[in-house]
Amino acid sequence: MTNHWVDIKNADLVLIMGGNAAEAHPCGFKWVTEAKAHNKAKLIVVDPRFTRSASVADVYAPIRPGTDIVFLGGLISWLIANDKIQREYVVNYTDLSFIVKDGFTFTDGIYSGYNADKRTYDKSTWDYERGDDGFVRSDPSLTDPRCVYSLLKEHYARYTPEMVESVCGTPKDKVMQIWDMIGSTSTPTRAMTIMYALGWTQHSIGSQMIRTGAMVQLLLGNIGVSGGGMNALRGHSNIQGLTDLGLLSNQLPGYIGLPLQSEQKYDDFIAARALKPLRPNQLSYMQNMPKFHVSFMKTWWGDAAMPANNWAYDYLPKVDKLYDMLQVYELMYDGKINGYLAQGFNPLAAAPNKAKLNAAFAKLKFLVIMDPLATETSEFWKNYGEHNDVDSSKIQTEVFRLPTTCFAEENGALTNSSRWLQWHWKGANPPGEARSDLEIMAGLHARMRAMYTKDGGAFPDPIVNLTWKYAQAESPLPEELAREYSGSALKDLADPKDPSKITRKAGEQLAGFAELRDDGSTQSGCWIFCGAWGPTGNLMARRDNSDPTGIGQTQNWAWSWPANRRVLYNRASCDPSGKPFDPKRKLVAWNGTAWTGADVPDFKADENPAGGMGPFIMNPEGVARFFARAAMNEGPFPEHYEPFENPLGYNPLNPKQPQATSNPAARVFARDREAFGKAAEFPHVATTYRLTEHFHYWTKHVRLNAIIQPQQFVEIGAALADELGIGNGSQVKVSSNRGFIKAVAMVTKRIRPLKIEGKTVHTVGVPIHWGFMGIAKPGFIANTLTPSVGDANSQTPEFKAFLVKVEKV
Amino acid sequence: MADLTRRQFLKVTGATLVGSSLALMGFSPTPALAEVREFKLSRATETRNTCPYCSVACGILMYGLGDGAKNAQASIFHIEGDPDHPVNRGTLCPKGAGLIDFIHSESRLKYPEYRAPGSDKWQRISWDDALDRIAKLLKQDRDANFVAKTDDGLTVNRWLTTGMLAASAASNEVGYLTHKVARSWGMLAFDNQARV
Amino acid sequence: MALQSLDIVRRSATTLPEPQARGAHTGQVAKLIDVTKCIGCKACQVACMEWNDLRDEIGTCTGHYDNPADLSEHSWTLMRFTEYENPKGDLEWLIRKDGCMHCADPGCLKACPSPGAIVQYANGIVDFHEENCIGCGYCITGCPFNVPRISKQDKKAYKCTLCSDRVAVGLEPACVKTCPTGAIVFGDKEDMKQHAAERIEDLKSRGFDKAGLYDPAGVGGTHVMYVLHHADQPMLYADLPENPKISAMVGLWKGVSKPLALFAIAATAFVGFLHYIGIGPNETDEHDEEAARRELEKTS
Repeated sequence: MTNHWVDIKNADLVLIMGGNAAEAHPCGFKWVTEAKAHNKAKLIVVDPRFTRSASVADVYAPIRPGTDIVFLGGLISWLIANDKIQREYVVNYTDLSFIVKDGFTFTDGIYSGYNADKRTYDKSTWDYERGDDGFVRSDPSLTDPRCVYSLLKEHYARYTPEMVESVCGTPKDKVMQIWDMIGSTSTPTRAMTIMYALGWTQHSIGSQMIRTGAMVQLLLGNIGVSGGGMNALRGHSNIQGLTDLGLLSNQLPGYIGLPLQSEQKYDDFIAARALKPLRPNQLSYMQNMPKFHVSFMKTWWGDAAMPANNWAYDYLPKVDKLYDMLQVYELMYDGKINGYLAQGFNPLAAAPNKAKLNAAFAKLKFLVIMDPLATETSEFWKNYGEHNDVDSSKIQTEVFRLPTTCFAEENGALTNSSRWLQWHWKGANPPGEARSDLEIMAGLHARMRAMYTKDGGAFPDPIVNLTWKYAQAESPLPEELAREYSGSALKDLADPKDPSKITRKAGEQLAGFAELRDDGSTQSGCWIFCGAWGPTGNLMARRDNSDPTGIGQTQNWAWSWPANRRVLYNRASCDPSGKPFDPKRKLVAWNGTAWTGADVPDFKADENPAGGMGPFIMNPEGVARFFARAAMNEGPFPEHYEPFENPLGYNPLNPKQPQATSNPAARVFARDREAFGKAAEFPHVATTYRLTEHFHYWTKHVRLNAIIQPQQFVEIGAALADELGIGNGSQVKVSSNRGFIKAVAMVTKRIRPLKIEGKTVHTVGVPIHWGFMGIAKPGFIANTLTPSVGDANSQTPEFKAFLVKVEKV
Repeated sequence: MADLTRRQFLKVTGATLVGSSLALMGFSPTPALAEVREFKLSRATETRNTCPYCSVACGILMYGLGDGAKNAQASIFHIEGDPDHPVNRGTLCPKGAGLIDFIHSESRLKYPEYRAPGSDKWQRISWDDALDRIAKLLKQDRDANFVAKTDDGLTVNRWLTTGMLAASAASNEVGYLTHKVARSWGMLAFDNQARV
Repeated sequence: MALQSLDIVRRSATTLPEPQARGAHTGQVAKLIDVTKCIGCKACQVACMEWNDLRDEIGTCTGHYDNPADLSEHSWTLMRFTEYENPKGDLEWLIRKDGCMHCADPGCLKACPSPGAIVQYANGIVDFHEENCIGCGYCITGCPFNVPRISKQDKKAYKCTLCSDRVAVGLEPACVKTCPTGAIVFGDKEDMKQHAAERIEDLKSRGFDKAGLYDPAGVGGTHVMYVLHHADQPMLYADLPENPKISAMVGLWKGVSKPLALFAIAATAFVGFLHYIGIGPNETDEHDEEAARRELEKTS
């Protein structure tokens, strides 16, 4: 989230699209009802299904799964054509005026530089034009035909209301009604928030859907303001924290990418991440990256990280490609992965194409499960009839199942989607012999370290030199770890302006990442969390909920990264001179000598606005990007591509170019492509989702939740049910080219047939929560049906749009 | 009234005989102990926690048996929303409101278990045996397949033949330590729930 | 606020006067359910079961979101979902939290033949005291909202207590506290009416011309009220009765049967009746109800 949950109450308009906040995040959704009740806000829901969010919306519009870029691209075109943009904002705070390189082209859905064999782009033309001074050229009048504004306008001119109706199936009157409401927030005194979740991420063009939403918000001047923003609701309780901490194939803590194999030289690694400003007087904050990185390496490898070995640069594995889940299961299926550890994760249920997963796991030599609950993954080898039809005797995998604590049985911090780190306290001991994951990971490390110390082996250095300053080596305390990732001084730190003054004594906790240094004198395991456990103690445990300004900025409740800032890019809530665009919801302002206000300024605190420093300080341009440059894999502007399984067989935006039917830059493994189905055999569009009564695959183990939603069902529109003769409450079989599930049919008016390119297309809703373990009625894993293909950037699987066939049983 | 069936009449009149007629005739009614159910949280220990499900991160109050005395084994018996929490203000969704049955779920794992190759059942195993065996398997695989250098001589120091998924409902401290340990092994096939 | 006042003002099958010196001088309580804010998440169902130590059966899906399918001795509240296409052609998903309405003039209490099995407190809560319940099912007959349920296990009637144990110590009911969207609120009944008025004004500004409060006079008003978008058509909300009244069966027993019973106490036939009561008529059948309705129509 750029903003935070409570801030939603300040919105004048709420767009829920690509998410279903009322069902998946009910207690956060409360702030939508607050905005409606006390800020006269309107709620718009755009969703393939009439959801429980839609049930309390002012306007609901249906949309075909996977076509959101068409709806939003049309909106961009309409906003520009009708001058519903906040001009002062976009001219000063975005790249609309920047000139794009000459070689950049877009033809029939394909950008310049495409290699069809490799399904990748050479992105060298996807950049701005530089002037003689080395800085990016711009045309503040926005008239240059090569400026981002001109290219943007041209790009989305094809996205007409008629095209939207034909591709999305959304009735035109609803489209116009919604666009008109959204356009009303282009004035500085009205704000719209966009709330989205997996309904946007789980597509082969998911990242670009989110970008399109962000572009709409930038045009309207709704980023950085109270009541605005792009608000990712996020799934698990600490999915934000684990992402922040870099638990992904190619990341280190704090969004610093692991070195690439090509970055053999340490200086190359740093230079690619500590970017120089692209415009005069821009902060380009990541120029500080060496301070963060050196402090990080000191944290993990202590004295073994020194200038002479480039702070133990070789200890970091070098990346040749992304080893995301889909890639790993492909390798596993081919027998190239021997061991696998699943900590609190149930991939057999959570990953696409269960049959592939079953086969892949059966090729492992060993599988280790750490979980509080008995998951399907832990028993992938056991026969559960048609729900998991395997022959145990043929599966040679050794499986270990280790019981862990749950939330109630441990201290620690979770980071929510508002970026708040909140401490929690243990209330009871775990059942039986269950242990915390900390003890398990420490136990494994202790054994590995002992063996590598005694017997040697492959590159023991990063293991034997790993810092381990915990009082009990096999049971580190959460408090010790929190202090470690927050950070402290390793030596007495002298004030750079007056070296006779010591600002921080050796061993003292640091107040924030501004204190980090690149000379090895500081340590911090995750620079964006620096200050969470500061010199005054554990700020994550703070419980002062006072809200002096009344706009929900509870600055002394817990601690928010970065630097306890609650609304990101908040400098953009002020005009170029530093005055709030809307004084009623003032976040920060320039008082003549400093930036102050209800939030921690997302800016250089003493920077006079007259200097022209842009509010998007993390970008080397200092402004927000409509033109993504090389940051996205399928192109600098979001373009609609059909889901890999789609009912049309062509892309209505680019009908003549088969390479542009589906995302041309998405990675598709050959066997996964073979497993795609065609509309002739699988004519119905399916989408998977969560129900408010359940949480993923956990709550089928929870009696109270099993009671209120006991049995697997699929939602089928009344029209399709009539066509197939399916009665409400009867059993149906839903098949894709990868397998089938059987479930109760819930026949409903809430899913309606859509007219797409003149054809009637039916949507089938597949809730995900069932499986062969737990106390709810046993069911099929919904991901039996889903295709194994991901977004071209994030590799998040396309769970939200695929093809099935529905039959009576 | 003429429509009143015999059965109805019996039902209506029959039921009356037990009670109020007695009172009408001047008998005292049976003692009607009209008290509300005893409030069950009076001296329970309250512990503050965070709902482990979605990313709203609602504040919760857990009520535990016992007052913390050494001889009392704490056990959570009730959970409700934390009214001080700025986001949920005491509310909880159906998942959060049912957390008590997660803690006490019959699916909670209690002991380390082992499934041998080809077997169709679990067997109990001690923690030491489990961790010793897993560490040995990890080291064997790492030593056999660690890539220090590519064929063309680039230093890469990675281990690709064992992978790990981390728990995105685990705390920052668990995530941090898990990352520290897994990356020190040189692991790249490392992911968390954010991916899906 | 008389939240602490759980003094009994009425007791079933008891004609002795209750102590009356104390009263709810700071107002009576009410729960207001704003159907227009309700997202049907069922948190209230879970919180109710959790607080009251109830666990209903793990049932099946019958093609509806309503789960469990009906109220029971373990489900004192549940969401009833209705898909409604309005005259404009737009779909509305009307979701009503069903459960005891805590009538000011409680038909259950009036119908109950067992002394002290049903009581009404000064603050407005109508509570069942199962230790006194004989399982006759008359509360069901007496209830215009079809709320109480007899347990198959112990043959006693159960329903929402409005969390009288929480209210007694100054807390709000469990369902109220948990409601994520604030669709359920709780307080002084007059405050709740004012809150409802604000909500109705907001709804009217959003095009719901017939938005209104449901606080039916036929049962003396209720301590559980609804804000409805279509207050002119309560039946849209899973058959919420338009003009609920206490069943004629209750009038019947008061008017005719009671004197007869008085007479009969001297009779030895008593024993036979008791047997009949203990194991037989836990529910009235439709025929009886229909007959009573006709009777009522004739007399009213």
